[in-house]
Parts: sequence; C-alpha cells; structure tokens
Amino acid sequence: MTAERLHVGDNVVIEREHLEHLLLALVSRGYEVVGPTLRGGAIVYDRLTSTEDLPSGWTDEQAGGKYRLKRRKDRALFGYVVGPHSWKKFLHPPLQRLWQAARNGKGLRILPEEEKASPKYAFFGVRACELHAIAIQDKVFLDGQFVDPNYKARRENLFIAAVNCGQAGGNCFCASMNTGPKATSGFDLALTELSQNGRHYFLAEVGTVRGVEVLLLVPHQPANEADKQNTERILDHTTRHMGRRLDTRGIKELLYRNCEHPQWDNVTERCLSCANCTMVCPTCFCTTVEDVTDLTGEHAERWRRWDSCFTVDFSYIHGGSVRATPRSRYRQWMTHKLATWIDQFGVSGCVGCGRCITWCPVGIDITVEAGAIRESDSVKAPADQSKDSA
Amino acid sequence: MIHTLEPILREHPFFHGMEDRHIELIAGCSMNVRFEAGQVIFHEGDPADHFYLIREGLVSVQFAIPHRGLTTVQTVGGGEVLGWSWLFPPYRWHFDARTQQPTHALAFDGKCLRAKCDEDHDLGYEIYKRFMQIVTERLESTRLQLLDMYGNHP
Amino acid sequence: MATILEQPEVVPAGLVPDPMLPMPYRIQRVKQETDDTFTLEILPEDSGKGFSFAPGQFNMLYVFGVGEVPISISSDPGDVPLLKHTTRVVGTVTKAMRRLKRGEIMGIRGPFGTHWPGEEATGRDVVIVAGGIGLAPLRPALYRLMAEREKYRKIVLLYGTRTPEDMLYRQELEQWRGKFDLEIQVTVDRAASSWRGNVGVVTTMIPRAPFDPSNTLAMVCGPEVMMRFTVMELLKRGVAAEHTYLSAERNMKCGIGFCGHCQYGPTFICKDGPVFAFARIAAILGKSEI
Repeated sequence: MTAERLHVGDNVVIEREHLEHLLLALVSRGYEVVGPTLRGGAIVYDRLTSTEDLPSGWTDEQAGGKYRLKRRKDRALFGYVVGPHSWKKFLHPPLQRLWQAARNGKGLRILPEEEKASPKYAFFGVRACELHAIAIQDKVFLDGQFVDPNYKARRENLFIAAVNCGQAGGNCFCASMNTGPKATSGFDLALTELSQNGRHYFLAEVGTVRGVEVLLLVPHQPANEADKQNTERILDHTTRHMGRRLDTRGIKELLYRNCEHPQWDNVTERCLSCANCTMVCPTCFCTTVEDVTDLTGEHAERWRRWDSCFTVDFSYIHGGSVRATPRSRYRQWMTHKLATWIDQFGVSGCVGCGRCITWCPVGIDITVEAGAIRESDSVKAPADQSKDSA
Repeated sequence: MIHTLEPILREHPFFHGMEDRHIELIAGCSMNVRFEAGQVIFHEGDPADHFYLIREGLVSVQFAIPHRGLTTVQTVGGGEVLGWSWLFPPYRWHFDARTQQPTHALAFDGKCLRAKCDEDHDLGYEIYKRFMQIVTERLESTRLQLLDMYGNHP
Repeated sequence: MATILEQPEVVPAGLVPDPMLPMPYRIQRVKQETDDTFTLEILPEDSGKGFSFAPGQFNMLYVFGVGEVPISISSDPGDVPLLKHTTRVVGTVTKAMRRLKRGEIMGIRGPFGTHWPGEEATGRDVVIVAGGIGLAPLRPALYRLMAEREKYRKIVLLYGTRTPEDMLYRQELEQWRGKFDLEIQVTVDRAASSWRGNVGVVTTMIPRAPFDPSNTLAMVCGPEVMMRFTVMELLKRGVAAEHTYLSAERNMKCGIGFCGHCQYGPTFICKDGPVFAFARIAAILGKSEI
C-alpha cells in the first residue's frame, strides 16, 4: 500500500477516498489546517476539519468587478481559482499586537509578545501564483536588513500543500507573469486533481523532506507515465486559456517614463480609492501602527494593522498629503506593483492572480490600464528617438 | 582714451564676453563710489539715473511701511547688481536702498548710458541681455521667498 | 582625538531581537529653540544599551500611549550614549513630546537610515546648505567635520531661515565661527529693520560662496522646494551631481522597511535614505505627488 522509500521530487498517486488521510496526517503533526471553503457566496480560506469542508463541485466565474459561484457537473474539490482571501491573512495578519508597555512611576517596561503565540499552519490548496506571492512577501519580511519576527515564526512553522490549477479563471494571467499555472517550487507537496473513467485521484509531487514525512502517513502508489502526462496536458490547457494577458516587456521603464500619461486621468474617473485591490492582493504588505492606552493611562499597546496606499492619510506629512489626489494614488499603486517593486525586490509585485480585477467595484483591470499606457507610450524607445529632444 | 576703470570692468563677470569698444563706451559713464554703513543710496520715488555694481559691502532693498517701519525684502552684496529702474520710464526708484555695511561700488550714469544705447543698438543689446538675466534671477529667488518655504502650512 | 564611532558596549540596530520594540530613554533636558521648535536631550535607561550612530540617521521616538514619529538625530556622535533630537511641533505626537519634562521616560528605536558621506569628503571643500529646521540633521555632520578639521579643505555653511528668530543653534554657530576655520553665511526670507544681515533665499548665496566647485562635496537639507533649487544652483556653479547629497522626508510608521509608507519612487526613505546622492533621486525630485 505505501511505498517504502520516498524522495523529494517523486510523484505518487493518492485516491480521492484517501485524501482525508492527508488532512489527518497534518492534524496529527500539530498543524492547524486552513484551505478553501464556501462561505457567504464565495470560496474563502478558513479552518478545514475534513475534506468535506472543501467546496466540492463548485466553480467560480470571475470578470471585472464580478464574482459568482456556480455548480459544476463533477465533484472536483479544487475546480475553481482564487477568491477574496489570500494566504497573507495567516502569515501577515490584518491585526496584530506588537507589544504591550507598562508605566510604573517613572519607569517604562516593554513586554514583547510571546513567541509561542505563533500558530503552526498547514495551507491546503495553494495555487502557483500564491506560492510566488508568498515568496515575494518572504523577500519583504525576511530578506532585508530587518526581519519581521512574527512573519518568520509563522513562515518557519508552515506546511504548504499546493494545487496545480485545472482551469484558468476569467481574470487570471499567471502565464504572463511567469508565476503559473504549474507549481514549481516553494511547496512541501503539490497536488494535481485528475479524473479518468470515473476514477477521481490526485497526482502528488513531493517538494521537501517534510512533505515526504507527511506523505508516508497517506496511502499512495507510485505515479505512472500516463498520470504525469495527464497532469502536463491539464496544465498546458490551463496555460492556453488564461482570462487575461499582460505584456511585461520593459514594463518598468514604460511606467517610469509615463508618470504623466493621460491614462491616469482616465482611470481616476472610475477609481473610488476604496482600497479593495490592496486588501485582496496577495503581495500588498503595507501596514500602519496604532498606539493605544487603557483608561488609567498606565498600560499601553501597539497594534499593527493592514493599511492601503489608497487612503488619503497614507502619505500625510507636515499638514498635508503628498498624494492628495486619487489620480496620484492609483498611479502609485500600479507603478509600485508593476515597476518600482522590481527595483526594490528584484521581481515584479504582481503574480497575475486577477483578484484586483474581480474585487474592484468598478472593474478596473490592471492589464487593460497597462496596455493603454503601452499603446500610446509618450516617449519613443531610445532606438527610435530623433535628434530632437522628446 | 583709456579710462582707469576699464580693467576693473573687464574683470567683472557682468561684462564677460563684451567687446572692448563697448566696455570703453560704458567706462565713460562709470565712476567709483563709497558709502558708509547705514547710508541711504536712494529713496523710493527718487529719479533713477544710476545703477550700481557692488564690489564690496551689503545694501538693503527696503520699503517704509506704516506701523512696520523699514522692511528689508532683499539684500544685494559684493558682485551683485543693484537697480534696473534706469532702463524704463518713468526712471524712478521703486524702493529705498540703504547700506548695512561700508560699501564700495561702481556707479553707472543711466542717462549717459541710455543715450549711448540709443545710438549704438549693439551696445543696447549687450546691456539689455545682461540685465534680463539679472532680473530673471531676482524674480526666481523672489518667487521662492513668496513660497514661504519654511513656514508652517496647515 | 577619539574616532567618533568608537564606543564601548553598543548595540547596533538590527541585532535587537525585535526592531519594533522601543528602548526606554530618560529625558535630561527639554530646550526651547524657537517659538515652535524644541530639542530633547535623552539618555538610555539601561546605560549598557546606548548606541552609536552616523550623522544623518534618525530614530523613531515614542511618547507613551500617544504615538511614534521619526526624527533625525541632531547631537554630536562623540557624545553617545547621549542623544539630542530637534523637532517642530506639527502634530499630536510632537505636541505631546513638547509637554514632556526632565526625568520622564520615552521610547527610542534606531538608529535607522543612511548617513551623510564621510570618507568621500576627505581632501575636498565641503559645502553645507541648510534651510530652516534642515540644520538639525546636518549638525552631527558638522560636529564630525570639525572633529577632524585637517582632513578637509574649505568648509562653508550656508544657512537660510524664515526670520532671524527662527534660526537654530545661534550661540553654537557663533562659537564655531570663532573657533574653527569654518565660513558661515546666514540669510533670512524676511526681517525687521534691526537685522543687519542678508535678506533673500539661501540659494542666492551659492553663486558667490567661497568654495571650488570642481572639488566640492555638498550636503543639503531643508524643505523639498528649497533643496531642489539649491541643488540646481550648485550644479549650475559646477558642483558634481555625484558629490551632491540631500536628506529627504516622508511619512513613516515603522522605520524598518515594512509598512510601506515612506516610499519615494522606488526608494524607501527609511532604508535607502533619508540621505540620498542626488543622482539616485534626480528623476523624481520635484515630480508632483510622487
């Protein structure tokens, strides 16, 4: 039943009825398993107690400003793409207390949060684009001069069971961003859901030693060539049916030289500065801090919570905001996501998940906006420049 | 005839690039002047028949304002030019000029120079070109003063 | 003469376990500098926890229960663990800070950010152009220059403020004028008749200041519009763009590159700045709403 020796890089097959063992194995190793589940008309990420909690037989239809759930004809467990939640809500929580402080007489004592308060998560069903998003936030919080200890603790304890996308969503463009649809790294296990002649099963690729240890507790068979080819065929199909496309050639320079492009005025007429895009984006990481006291004034706390560059206050200094207009704030967000992020972290900030398009109340589409700027680029590329100044 | 001030004029950055014959013409209208500290060079409303190239010292451009007293808006120091009201009618000064320190300058007779510029348009072009630059620089720094850069702006 | 950065028992930032935890510091003195500007002098509560800093760096100052703000360090690096911060009263936190008294306690995180060039100034003329409260982040650089005066050629300080009453560190400036081979020229934007000095924006002093532009290092700090035009005048005079440095400022919530607030184009002012070589930000300096 179980293979005796299992290595990183191996491919095995798990039958649908044995998938529950995977969840149980994770629970038995002390993980809190979180993954996709149905709630409030959407597929969100929350606690999973069994595979019954997965949105079996559901799919999502996404377009600009639109998200609808629809029933599938089959009982696929992962037959949808991504919803309004991203895994950042677990690794980089929306609200976190950083420390407490007590004032006694003339003294001050700072009480840091205890490390053992950090949870041990197992993410069940992480898509390729999301693996990249996690890697991008790793760069922000782990790779710089300073390390976020909360993020580090949660990240180190994390188990990732990824899932390869069997279909592309209406707003997906991971293929353009080279972030999917295939999960290539950053996972402990990567599953592909397969169905053939009534057989419902999963191909599982082993990513790490931790993945090996968990998989040994799950009934499985070695995968054969047909299974692997099936997987490739599905991924190829997903790649060729992306809902959106983004031309990333020279996009950093394109946005840098077009900071006064009329398209920014155009998008301002639609953008509400509602900040939805930053809330749902899996890589957006901006936060603010709030210092509070109790009524006695002797006990204080500092809390960190998610913030958005779309708020007027975000750039407030010396009695006014630097980015006072919504035009400048939309420009800031998009330029950061697609251009300055590259100078800051060496990669694009966008993973092509399409959430910002789906959850924008007016359906602003980052791929369309970038395309409009590219189409009427205000400055010719250096090779085309005449002797006159532009 | 060589005027003793020609070499001094030739050295001064304001006259760089000017032809010798023009410098000679201008030298004929110029003279050395000295002021004590606290001395009035001219009052607002006085006929503006001179301009000054300050060689050393400090001059305040001031306005007498009721209840506020004498208010300095700008100072002109060594190497700078004071005054362009001699260029245009009604040829009257628009402010007071008062020295803050002992000041040594070259004074140029405006009436004399105006006449020479009318006769020799090339000379006129050279003079106006240089004054245009001074006025532009003065306007730009006045704009920065107007911005009140250091103020607390709610 | 001891090197500025030689200090026993210091804890460099970054090795502190959690960079978001403030360290307790006790207020030694609160000095009113001008009608809206004051200086805090502080010492660490735990004498073993003092830290050294480089001129141009800043700390995050925490007022218990009120909040935290970034303020440049304006003391002599040679005086550590003593720290001084000069700031204007501009909001809730600085207002609360102004009401603190000697003996009270506050929180400090730091030092953060980049610093004014050190070695690069050796053997050159050094021109420092300060506007308003911009002299505060430059003062540590001046202390260091004077501590090793022989390493530099001419040192020129051009300082502009709104009025003579807004000038910072007046007594100290007079002392420096007398004691060191240091050229100090000041100007104001407006003055009453009792002022006998220069009137006009600080940029007007650049064309005639006594330095050799072909071998000069320039450090500029003040309101952004003042820095823009100052740099323009310096470049016009022939100072090299790569030897011109500015200190920029934006809203900060963390000081360590995580909150995203201080972004200025592709830079984070808390870690890529606040001191920038002009070349680094030339493309965005002056661009509206960046």
